[in-house]
Amino acid sequence: MSDKNNLIVYCEFDDGKVADVSLELLTKGRVLATTLGVKLEALVLGDKLEGVENQVFPYGVDVVYKVEDKRLYPYTSNPHSAVLINLFKEIEPQICLMGATCIGRDLGPRVSSCLHSGLTADCTSLEIGPHKDPKSGKEYENLLYQIRPAFGGNIVATIVNPDCRPQMATVREGVMKKEIFDENYKGEVVNLDAAKYVSDADFVVEIIDRHIEKSKVNIKNSPIIVAGGYGVGSKENFDLLYDLANVLGGEVGASRAAVDAGYVEHERQIGQTGVTVRPKLYIACGISGQIQHIAGMQESAIVISINNDPNAPINTIADYVITGNMEDVVPKLIKYYKKNSK
Amino acid sequence: MSLNIIVLAKQVPDTRNVGKDAMKEDGTINRAALPAIFNPEDLNALEQALRLKDANPGSTITLLTMGLPRAAEIIREAMYRGADTGVVLTDRALGGADTLATSYSLAQAVKKFGNFDIILGGRQAIDGDTAQVGPQIAEKLGLPQVTYAEEILDLKEGFVTVKRRLEAGVETVKCPLPCVVTVNGSAADCRPRNAKLIQKYKYAVSPSEKEKLSDELKAVVEARPYLNLQEWSAAYVEADPEQIGLAGSPTKVKSIENVVFTAKETRSLENNDEQIEELIKELIANHTIG
Repeated sequence: MSDKNNLIVYCEFDDGKVADVSLELLTKGRVLATTLGVKLEALVLGDKLEGVENQVFPYGVDVVYKVEDKRLYPYTSNPHSAVLINLFKEIEPQICLMGATCIGRDLGPRVSSCLHSGLTADCTSLEIGPHKDPKSGKEYENLLYQIRPAFGGNIVATIVNPDCRPQMATVREGVMKKEIFDENYKGEVVNLDAAKYVSDADFVVEIIDRHIEKSKVNIKNSPIIVAGGYGVGSKENFDLLYDLANVLGGEVGASRAAVDAGYVEHERQIGQTGVTVRPKLYIACGISGQIQHIAGMQESAIVISINNDPNAPINTIADYVITGNMEDVVPKLIKYYKKNSK
Repeated sequence: MSLNIIVLAKQVPDTRNVGKDAMKEDGTINRAALPAIFNPEDLNALEQALRLKDANPGSTITLLTMGLPRAAEIIREAMYRGADTGVVLTDRALGGADTLATSYSLAQAVKKFGNFDIILGGRQAIDGDTAQVGPQIAEKLGLPQVTYAEEILDLKEGFVTVKRRLEAGVETVKCPLPCVVTVNGSAADCRPRNAKLIQKYKYAVSPSEKEKLSDELKAVVEARPYLNLQEWSAAYVEADPEQIGLAGSPTKVKSIENVVFTAKETRSLENNDEQIEELIKELIANHTIG
């Protein structure tokens, strides 16, 4: 294994467009590839891939592998896995990144299992650094640090794959920032013959019906988020948060504990296993602030924490802390907003 | 048509109630120090299995779990709800496994069962949230997989039809059997315990639990084969020592941190009308809210 092996990003492609999460990973991948002094590669599978390279080159992609076959769209597990497994045996990437989406989390484990390479899910940060094995004392240079909250968000763990390649990681949409590297960047296009990488026998699962329902909840792009935690106490109390979000023109979000308790639907979950948000204003009601939640909202411009517990961990990152019952405080916020606006 | 159904389940630490002794020095989890529960999405998977059993009388549901010997608790829990029996794959050599070593070990155990029609499991466990073990087991057994399942719509003529819940919609797929299906938390909740089944199975025990019973109860268990759960070791499932436990795990925990967030300059407000009105005025003045 040469340390000049490249970094590859599996790009999701739907409706003529490379998915945002893939472009975010290309942005991160560019930085990591430069640090390592290797090429950034993109892999796109699907149908009607003409011109897709032009969507990814501006992110600093050096090589685009295209595997076109109309049966590769929509995504199914075995055929996409087969392409990655066979291609990776040939080109031996040192790192492979993919979105922690329904696709990436279906595909990644299958590929890593076959190649016996380590895979870390839902990373919140990726870095390059050295590692010394505490048992053998063996030293490694330039490993991928796969950093993620673990154990329900109670700790943050740095994971490494010292001996197995590729080092694989998934990252959720919105965790990394998408940024153009160079509008005029040009790389090489490599068209691969699908038949060489996937066999007819791989197409075992038949998609009978597929209807896309665009998510109704759009907390990712909302400038104002009113989020509730377990401390909100009930589904009924969440109605207060909807009232506040409505008057402020924002959306309601939630911590994992509130979702697990059934107060609110999963689409509203903010944090490592939910959505990452960067609103202008984040009002946290009855949220204690586990790492896994804070990971998904710490870049909010202004944070207000409303909590019974003056020592709630989230208070340390809040700009304003109101110690009290959210049932008392939220109606006051609504009342004085109505009074003072306009 | 009777089915042989395997349900993969995990006894997990209740990550919402984590104490100080939760982590060992080597960065792995000290499971013994934590309250243990039936992983929530594995209960959703169990419900789908129970529905298949309802529709196909004579089917058997076997719970397979890897963990400490006390994981037999979740097998009983599953039997109270309608599962038939279970196996705990337990061995010190399996400790410290990452998802790949775990899926290898479980796949070896599945091979011991011989024939089966379908393997069901939760999408992911709340202690790791990786969702990797299901697909990895499928790959190791050379089976197709259906992840993010919300409902099994139909199972007949060697195929299962499954509704999947994805980020932006739903997909219905038809997959040949045998296969691995992982079930989402959005699927139907698991039915409650059944009083008759509690009576029937309350003395269902694993061999190590049986040791601790009184002679009288031991005799009761021995007289009823259905009260005997199984415990399998790594050697019993013919697991390669190089591929299990910490040694068989390509991912290593380099470090564990309790992250301290950079504290901001925080203003504490009283929960009274004056201070809250002042806050609202300030947010309006600086155009944070309109």
